[in-house]
Amino acid sequence: MSDTMTQDATAAADVKIRLRGLSKTFETKSGPFTALEPMTLDIPTGCFFMIVGPSGCGKTTLLRILAGLEKSSGGSLEITAPAKGRPSNSMVFQGDSLFPWMTVFENAAYGLRMRHRPEGEIRDVVGHYLQRTGLSRFHNSYPHQLSGGMRQRVSIARAFANDPDILLMDEPFSALDEQNKILLQEELLRIWEETRKTVMFITHSVDEAVTLGDRIMIMTAHPGRSKLIVDVPFERPRRVLELRARPEYGELVYSIWGHLRDEVQRARALDEGSAK
Amino acid sequence: MTNVAEKAKPDVHKPDVKVKTPAFRISTESIERLLNFASPLILLLIWELAARLGFIDVRFFPAPSKIFSQLLILAENGSLWVNFWASMQRLFWGFLFGGIPALVLGVTMGLSRPLRMLVEPLISATYPVPKSAILPLVLLICGLGEASKIVMVAIGIFYPIVINSMAGVLEINKIHFDVSRNFGASRWQVFRTVALPGAMPLILTGVRLGIGLGLVLISLAEIVGAKSGLGYMMWNAWEILSVETMYVGLLVIAILGIAFSQSITELERFIVPWKHGR
Repeated sequence: MSDTMTQDATAAADVKIRLRGLSKTFETKSGPFTALEPMTLDIPTGCFFMIVGPSGCGKTTLLRILAGLEKSSGGSLEITAPAKGRPSNSMVFQGDSLFPWMTVFENAAYGLRMRHRPEGEIRDVVGHYLQRTGLSRFHNSYPHQLSGGMRQRVSIARAFANDPDILLMDEPFSALDEQNKILLQEELLRIWEETRKTVMFITHSVDEAVTLGDRIMIMTAHPGRSKLIVDVPFERPRRVLELRARPEYGELVYSIWGHLRDEVQRARALDEGSAK
Repeated sequence: MTNVAEKAKPDVHKPDVKVKTPAFRISTESIERLLNFASPLILLLIWELAARLGFIDVRFFPAPSKIFSQLLILAENGSLWVNFWASMQRLFWGFLFGGIPALVLGVTMGLSRPLRMLVEPLISATYPVPKSAILPLVLLICGLGEASKIVMVAIGIFYPIVINSMAGVLEINKIHFDVSRNFGASRWQVFRTVALPGAMPLILTGVRLGIGLGLVLISLAEIVGAKSGLGYMMWNAWEILSVETMYVGLLVIAILGIAFSQSITELERFIVPWKHGR
């Protein structure tokens, strides 16, 4: 699909998210803190867009601005309006974001309930995504009765069931062990193939970025800025382990790491500097 | 008898490790439950013996059996029920008029920082005033009728619920508010789906405290100016020197307290099932 498009070609009609000089500065006691330097970026419809960067590079801030949870300080953000009655975006949060007081079903149904969808539709849609995430048996369980991996599945089901135009994912798998991570990545890809929504996915794992993404943006350490955008040439649908066994996969991961290493080291140096 | 049977169980199952664990757990629970009942029973027994053997002055400490028979008399002639229901009604209305505004205000204060800044000083300034000390003022304003009793209960219940509701909302993880915003929840939906259920465990603690205080205040208010109610019954008994009736009043109020506390525990199981088995 959009894998082969270049940055210029996507400037045409098929852009879902358009950033023009978008920036974010926080006011702190020790003066303004630049979380995000002016960023210009187009994300085409249906693109699985990955953002990789060292911690503290403002990637979460960027996602929170897109999610409407944070206001930008400058520049503009345009998101193509969704079809009538559909939400623009839904976010899969980092860490435990399920409501402990709701059952798995009620958690997954949250977005639809907030939009007052008919009960029958909620049952069907939520039932579908719980089944797709292997949680049907647990629909009446409470989050504290589930493992971390299962909780993150509910979180994904909740976002997909809401049927948004754009999925925002903030390091959804970072707290999981390696086996669970691979399983969930496979599941995510499978579910995503059904609808091919536009995805903006944050990770600090290069492996994850190459496995899942169509396009990867590498961000610089503080202040956050786009350093490089890389297209991922692998065809879809993908199978995580098969993909990882391929030599091209290793080469791509290696080359991205090359760009990222400097940033991680710079971030570390900054941390150490500020610690002194 | 059950005691012996329970005690025997772990021994019987000792070789079978798998079965032993649950069997042991159940028996510990029942023993603990038994102990809960044992201590008041033993106390009553000692009291009864001491009264009959003349170790204590029965004019002040009548034997439990005497109190119990007085309870039956009062129950039969209906005066106990009249007074019981009078108190219950005042508690109910006081609870409603104090508790519901407290709940709404507390949760809203938890959600809105400006409202919190505005109202919190008022609450912290008036909270330390002993509620019993306002009774004369309440009597002056509301008169000797039902209103003054209901207002006293309402005041008593208001504070613990408003404070706990606010604290309950403030304790909710911020991420849950982000989720509800991201999923397009309206203000009312945030209140109903995040703030209220999230604060519910602490709200119920507030209700528990509030009911305790409500019982104190209803007794007091009925002693001072009422023609019915358990407090009135006890005060009247003092005037006619019917010590047993006083004890019946105390007993009924104590049982009420226990019953309310127990029903809140049951209610918790039902309303906040997600807090159990953590």
